[in-house]
Amino acid sequence: MKRFFDTELETFRSHLVLMGETSIRQVRDAIKALVTADIALADRVIAADDEVDQLEISIDDEAIRYMNLRSPVATELRFVIVGMKASHDLERVGDEASNIAKRAVKLAAEPPLKPYVDIPRMAGIALEMLQDALDCFLHTDADKAIAVIRRDSEVDAINRQLYRELSSFMIEQPGTISRALELMFISKSLERIADHATNIAEEMVFLAQARDIRHTDELKKSPLDA
Amino acid sequence: MSAATLSPMERLPAPPPSSPSLAVAPVAAMSAPAADLPPSRPIIDIDHVDFFYGQSQALHDVSLRLDEKKVTAFIGPSGCGKSTLLRCLNRMNDLIDGARVAKGSIRIRGIDIHAPAVDVIELRKRVGMVFQKSNPFPKSIYENITYGLRLQGVKDKGRLDAVVEKSLRGAALWDEVKDRLHASGLGLSGGQQQRLCIARAIAVEPDIILMDEPCSALDPISTSKVEELIHELKKEFTIVIVTHNMQQAARCSDQTAFFYLGRLIEFAATRTIFMNPSNPQTEAYVSGRFG
Repeated sequence: MKRFFDTELETFRSHLVLMGETSIRQVRDAIKALVTADIALADRVIAADDEVDQLEISIDDEAIRYMNLRSPVATELRFVIVGMKASHDLERVGDEASNIAKRAVKLAAEPPLKPYVDIPRMAGIALEMLQDALDCFLHTDADKAIAVIRRDSEVDAINRQLYRELSSFMIEQPGTISRALELMFISKSLERIADHATNIAEEMVFLAQARDIRHTDELKKSPLDA
Repeated sequence: MSAATLSPMERLPAPPPSSPSLAVAPVAAMSAPAADLPPSRPIIDIDHVDFFYGQSQALHDVSLRLDEKKVTAFIGPSGCGKSTLLRCLNRMNDLIDGARVAKGSIRIRGIDIHAPAVDVIELRKRVGMVFQKSNPFPKSIYENITYGLRLQGVKDKGRLDAVVEKSLRGAALWDEVKDRLHASGLGLSGGQQQRLCIARAIAVEPDIILMDEPCSALDPISTSKVEELIHELKKEFTIVIVTHNMQQAARCSDQTAFFYLGRLIEFAATRTIFMNPSNPQTEAYVSGRFG
């Protein structure tokens, strides 16, 4: 039976999906701006962060209104709570995209330190994780969410590897320090984006199964760690 | 009328001969405790009960065990059998012609309540009841509370006074009425009248209190007083509450049973029923999608 206020939940869901798509686009464009030294694109990413921020405000407002007026229970209650938390993570993803774009602007003024291979690869994994986690808003799937959580260590591993590599650059060629630092921060931003995807995936397990798996280590071990 | 206060004139007829003697029924398999609660001492054991109003079957093979000093909520759409089951627990349905438990048993502290040796008046003393519409007797507040005890022959004024104060305090009504104990119970507000009925029910120190939508006629303040009272009362009593208010069931009860079309669909910790019910029908009902 459809209730007259079900459209409110659908609006909430569509705003979450839109916020997810916008955040993913922001990260993708920020990395593209970095790799192609496209300052105009980087500037557009920085300007568009406001869209993500506004979506967070709308989603919070809709969630509070829904809880206040409709007293949701069971799956619906979990959905509204998870949606609200996910929107905070997505807002942070948007901030990280904006940070990457700002560093891309600085890096565009200098020759590349090395070909961009690891950073786009890392971004690719982080964005896949984010996409898979967000897909659970449309098709609840705890297994898919758990798979996202397990991938976090792949991104962490690349981040550590980049850190070591960039450290050696800085030691060997002090002239690379400023560029290497920017790249380290970008790598860290991507690692954080994967963490936000992991947070959202953990919430999706709660949405699917009412089971809180946060701060438990067993799921974070990937086949790479074995 | 409160179970505690049935007068001898209102003694109920013996169960009709058609009622099977459940005392000799074979011991059936243990009925189900709430799915996800730690084991506790069941005080009420409802075992494979079928119930009929004449030809019409109102309960189908209902089994559940209710724990002592816990609040259990019965929820479900109108006509699902929740009130029928509640009224089975102190045999209030005996008052209805043709109403009968046709199969299964209900045991309270291990005693089959339909056994021939069970005195229904004694049963209702142990299992008190509070109704949807408050029903104080057209007597003073004091007499409302002492009615049951007087029927039991208690005449000692000191003891009666003590029970009145204890019961009214227990029902969170004492401070509001202590200066007018001899005024009519009917002069109280709706919420106060309902708490008076609760005081009257607890005056005879039952084990179990049945509440049939006790707040549905009350305003939000009175409702929250009764809910707070339920929270207090469960320290001493086992409470079974029928409610159509999902939020009330979620707030007040420890375990919740969902009924639909005379069947028990799901029985679990209240937190589970309202956070992650296992049956899709339960989820649809608590979310307001049907019923």
